[in-house]
Amino acid sequence: MIKFILMVNRQGQTRLSRYYQPVELNRRALLEADVVRCCLSRKKDQVSCSFVEYKDFKLVYRQYAALYIVVGVTDSENELSVYELVHNFVEVLDKYFSRVSELDIMFNLDRVHVILDEMIQNGHIVETNKSRILAPLTALDKMADG
Amino acid sequence: MSDVVEKTLTALPSLLSFDSQPGSAKLSSTSKLGNLIRGITELTSKHEEEKLIQRELTAIKEQVSSPNTSMRQMKELMVRAIYCEMLGYEASFSYIHAIKLAQQGTVLEKRVGYLAVSLFLNESHELLLLLVNTVLKDLQSTNLIEVCMALTVVSQMFPKDMIPAILPLVEEKLNHPKEIIRRKAVLALYKFYQIAPNQVQHIHNKFRKALCDKDPGVMTASLHIYLQMIQENPEGYKDLTGSFITILKQVVGGKLPMDFNYHSVPAPWLQIQLLRILSLLGKNDQSTSEIMYEVLDESLRRAEMNHNITYAILYECVKCIYTIHPKSELLEKAAKCIGNFVLSQKINLKYLGLKALTYVVQQDPKLALQHQMTIIECLDHPDFIIKRETLELLFRITNAQNVTVIVEKMLEFLRISKDDYTTTDLVGKVAELAEKYAPDNEWFIETMNTVFSVGGDMMQPDIPNNFLKLLSEGFDSVEEDRKLRQFAVDSYVSLLQDGPGKLPQRFLQVISWVLGEYSYLREELEPATVLRLLAKLLDSKKTTSETKSWVLTAMTKLCAGGAGVSVAQEVSETYSSSLDTVLRQRAQELQHLSQDSELRERVLPRDAGLESIEVDSSLSFLDGFVSEALAAGAAPYKPPHQRQEELAQAKALSLEPYGLSLPISISSCSIADRQSPTLLSISSGLSGDSTDLSHKGGSTTLKLDGVKRVWGRDGYLAQRESVEEAAHVEVPSPLRSPSQQGEAAGSHSQTPTPTATPEPEQEKQQLASSLFVGLSSQSSVCLMGKSDLPPQRFRRKAKSPGSSSGTSESTSNSLVSPPSAVDNLLCNSLLDSTVSSELAVSSPEPPPPQLSQGLTTANGTCDAELTDRDVKGRSSALIKDNGVVAAEDSDRPEDVCLTSHLPAELSGLSHSEISPLCSHQSLDLSACQVHTEDSLTLVVFIHNSSASDVQQVLLQLESDELEVSCVCDGPVQELRSDSVAVCQYTLTVKRPAVHVEVSGLVSYQFPVGTPQSVQFSYKLPLTSFIRPLTVSTEEYGTMWLAFAHDTKQNLALISEGQESLTATLNVLKKKLQLHVVEIIGMEGIVACRLLQNQLCLMHCRVHAGTLAVWLRSPVPDLPDCLIYHCQRALQEH
Repeated sequence: MIKFILMVNRQGQTRLSRYYQPVELNRRALLEADVVRCCLSRKKDQVSCSFVEYKDFKLVYRQYAALYIVVGVTDSENELSVYELVHNFVEVLDKYFSRVSELDIMFNLDRVHVILDEMIQNGHIVETNKSRILAPLTALDKMADG
Repeated sequence: MSDVVEKTLTALPSLLSFDSQPGSAKLSSTSKLGNLIRGITELTSKHEEEKLIQRELTAIKEQVSSPNTSMRQMKELMVRAIYCEMLGYEASFSYIHAIKLAQQGTVLEKRVGYLAVSLFLNESHELLLLLVNTVLKDLQSTNLIEVCMALTVVSQMFPKDMIPAILPLVEEKLNHPKEIIRRKAVLALYKFYQIAPNQVQHIHNKFRKALCDKDPGVMTASLHIYLQMIQENPEGYKDLTGSFITILKQVVGGKLPMDFNYHSVPAPWLQIQLLRILSLLGKNDQSTSEIMYEVLDESLRRAEMNHNITYAILYECVKCIYTIHPKSELLEKAAKCIGNFVLSQKINLKYLGLKALTYVVQQDPKLALQHQMTIIECLDHPDFIIKRETLELLFRITNAQNVTVIVEKMLEFLRISKDDYTTTDLVGKVAELAEKYAPDNEWFIETMNTVFSVGGDMMQPDIPNNFLKLLSEGFDSVEEDRKLRQFAVDSYVSLLQDGPGKLPQRFLQVISWVLGEYSYLREELEPATVLRLLAKLLDSKKTTSETKSWVLTAMTKLCAGGAGVSVAQEVSETYSSSLDTVLRQRAQELQHLSQDSELRERVLPRDAGLESIEVDSSLSFLDGFVSEALAAGAAPYKPPHQRQEELAQAKALSLEPYGLSLPISISSCSIADRQSPTLLSISSGLSGDSTDLSHKGGSTTLKLDGVKRVWGRDGYLAQRESVEEAAHVEVPSPLRSPSQQGEAAGSHSQTPTPTATPEPEQEKQQLASSLFVGLSSQSSVCLMGKSDLPPQRFRRKAKSPGSSSGTSESTSNSLVSPPSAVDNLLCNSLLDSTVSSELAVSSPEPPPPQLSQGLTTANGTCDAELTDRDVKGRSSALIKDNGVVAAEDSDRPEDVCLTSHLPAELSGLSHSEISPLCSHQSLDLSACQVHTEDSLTLVVFIHNSSASDVQQVLLQLESDELEVSCVCDGPVQELRSDSVAVCQYTLTVKRPAVHVEVSGLVSYQFPVGTPQSVQFSYKLPLTSFIRPLTVSTEEYGTMWLAFAHDTKQNLALISEGQESLTATLNVLKKKLQLHVVEIIGMEGIVACRLLQNQLCLMHCRVHAGTLAVWLRSPVPDLPDCLIYHCQRALQEH
């Protein structure tokens, strides 16, 4: 089960957050700061694991340039598959935005959410096929343009 | 790393300037959203952020409520509000506008509206109701995109009560020509299944259709539902195993379209999902497992590509292979696979390998041995999580021989760990291991000291409780007990002398109890010295008042002798005026008892921690007082439920007093003829307050009954035994090279050759031999073998065998003869079938066909001629007549003989089919429910089918929804070969649910070998707990108004015409044991109760060919659960 997915930059600023289990608004900022601290304090990729234990669950994180994507998962989840799911997500973003950057995500927060909603629902991975993930969004774009 | 990162890296410089961004180009940099984003990127402090967002929120608030705001602007406003909430600032004023946007916007705006709703609101938010109409409209839209987004939001969140409104529309979409619509409809149904399983009960065949959909996406979506349903009930879906296997075969074989591939691996997440489903289906089921072997082998073979995602699949595959019924060939391959993971240089793989290893060592400890050197390296790994996972692994392979080394490693980690959660978890594990495998007294006490100091006040309370219980129960040898206690006393005295300032409160409580109870064992230790040490604790500011009361109680036990009395007097004076009533109480006790040594001997006898206190729960010693009060005109006592009923009838508050409040004088209270425990009356005389009795009993003599025990009494084995045993067990000496051990263990040894090893290497090898000792001794055992581990040192003192053992019960069972079948038949035919309330009691089961000798003599005249089948045929008929929902006896001979093991007092009652729970090696567990009018008893049969005896069989049950209480506690000391032990549990509902589940753990051991344990679960429907409630129509009316929780639903009538209501209600009455209160015309009222009197009322009305049902109850969820069962009962009819 996926508990939440976060995108944060190196300064610890949240760029996207999606919770699949209810967390109160005022506790989110705390949790996010804590989670980011957990991940940022770790050494570079080769030396340390991409999975961190956090309270009674695990964090899976992956760094892309200045952006970290952190996923909170329950202990029963297959961490490596989530690790690759993150990459799949980034590849989808990359395909949509053609060379995605932090600013693309910031300026198109709604679209990124729409993409994410296609991939993960209620903490379950529901679609991983790139063209199918993007189909609803591209249709939307076409209608908005046309 | 991938090319994406490189791409993003090259894009990095452009991040700093705004002009060259393709993404931002779409938005004018002057737009409000653009401004906000720029503002956010330029933030340097939290304070600035707050200022910026507050300003933003004010601006948004102003604009959203303006009538001139277009939907296009509204969309931008919503995105800005999403930003504010993302940063943690509430924008609740915008929620209603998000709903409006979803309602009124054009497609893209609508999508943003829905998105904002799903981000802002949680599932129980009341505003969500306003969305229902919009969703309803969009589901009917001709625009596929609108349908699509409506389905998306429905599968994210939807108010439970409104599901019936859109369910037909969603169902319809299952037949839609577009795959995306079908897929999303399935996901929406999955959501419904999660929040209200009863609502989608009737469309299970549609799930099957989705599973067979020609589009792989739709099929994948249906797997989510199946995974959950199979988790809940694996037995129900065994027939689909073949389909899942076929699907997996096709996926692995690359039959899916190319765009399902991820880095040329076909649909990896789908494969993982299927493997999870297969492992659930194959668990404890040999025949189902056998048909999976081929496809699992294929998956292992195909996933040889060098990519993370294939490793993720392999991990799932390995887990599956070790979960289902084992096949040696596959296990070997899986083991090799784990080996590759653990040895990998990639740290993520190493982690996954350790995780897999941790999972499989429970089945095959030998595997850890193969990788011992790697595991040791992992222990010193710089990454915390690797270390942590390694400790988890070591915890699983701990035995009596390596316990000291492993516990030392864990404590080492604990001392540097800063995370509270980790500390709590690890401390619990260390305590478990110490209790189970302690090699000697000193080590045990010292380890527990560290546990208490490090764990502090964060640790689970059962750790100190178990420790004290263990100390007071002692072991087989009196001498050992004395030594252990003496050592504990010594250790604590020195701790207190060194300064207790830093010790956590829990530890201080343990210390004071032990000193109070056992310091007399050290004769040279003056009680006054201990008293002074304890008194010092009282003076400390850090000591909490809870600890103080422990300390005072301990002092009370010790205050004999001249010097002691003066210390005691001094302390009691200080605290007898304390504001804390408990402390004042303790101080008073201390004062009294220090002066009256004779009384103290009686109240606090030495070394009586174990002697159980008889609590006279009938309060018979108050009989005299009560009769006096009654004579003086007091109203008789009424139990609470009676009072409530009367209150409800009167519909007004009763202002009359329940009894006169006479001044209580204990001396005037003549002790009634029933035996009243002396201890009680004495302490009540002492405190002058009888309510304090239980409290006092608890704190002075530490009665720890009811404390959850993680480890059974079997944790300790006799030392003598282990010494003898040690002679036979081959213990690898530290000098023996690990590779030799590896060879002994198997062919996959990865360790270096022992020649010319450098010093650190040697250290590691020594560590290896101490860590993995005990695992190698069983190297020759088959892959699944794990019964040859050397025994542990101590065995806890055995309770007297007669007290609780199930075997003794089953023998006594055969002596008592149950009512004969003929009697039953007569009895049943005499019964009026309309007396539904009597059903459970009056439908006894015929005696077990395989009668023991005692039985045949007792009722040999009547049923000697009856064949098994006759008896069974009649019994099932009888049960049906009485409306008891009890499954017919199955034809398996095993059941028949198990029935004969039913305890005597239950054998006359109706019971359900005896269903197998689990079997592990040679132990088969099965269970059945026995219904009576006011209880439900779960009877668990433990059958030892092996040739050897099994010892210390302990069964523990627990449940989230149920209150489980054991009728006969304590482990079965010995279960002979081919015999059956019986355990009984009384179940009551804590929290109603459609199905309730009891999970259990049975632990046992062979005479030679480590303790084994196996888990199982048993699911039973709520209907098992439902009993008819006989009330009059008037009573019904009063209650109806008083109940707060309700639910309404339309059910199908079972027949047409005049009598349809009666017929339908009769079905419900029969199947669910409801009581039909009255039927008037087209309306009927029905009542029932859960055990322990949780009532539920039902009102039915025939309306437009359906049965409109309205349920009310004081218990939340009960109406929902009941309607589910009504629906099912009618469907099955």
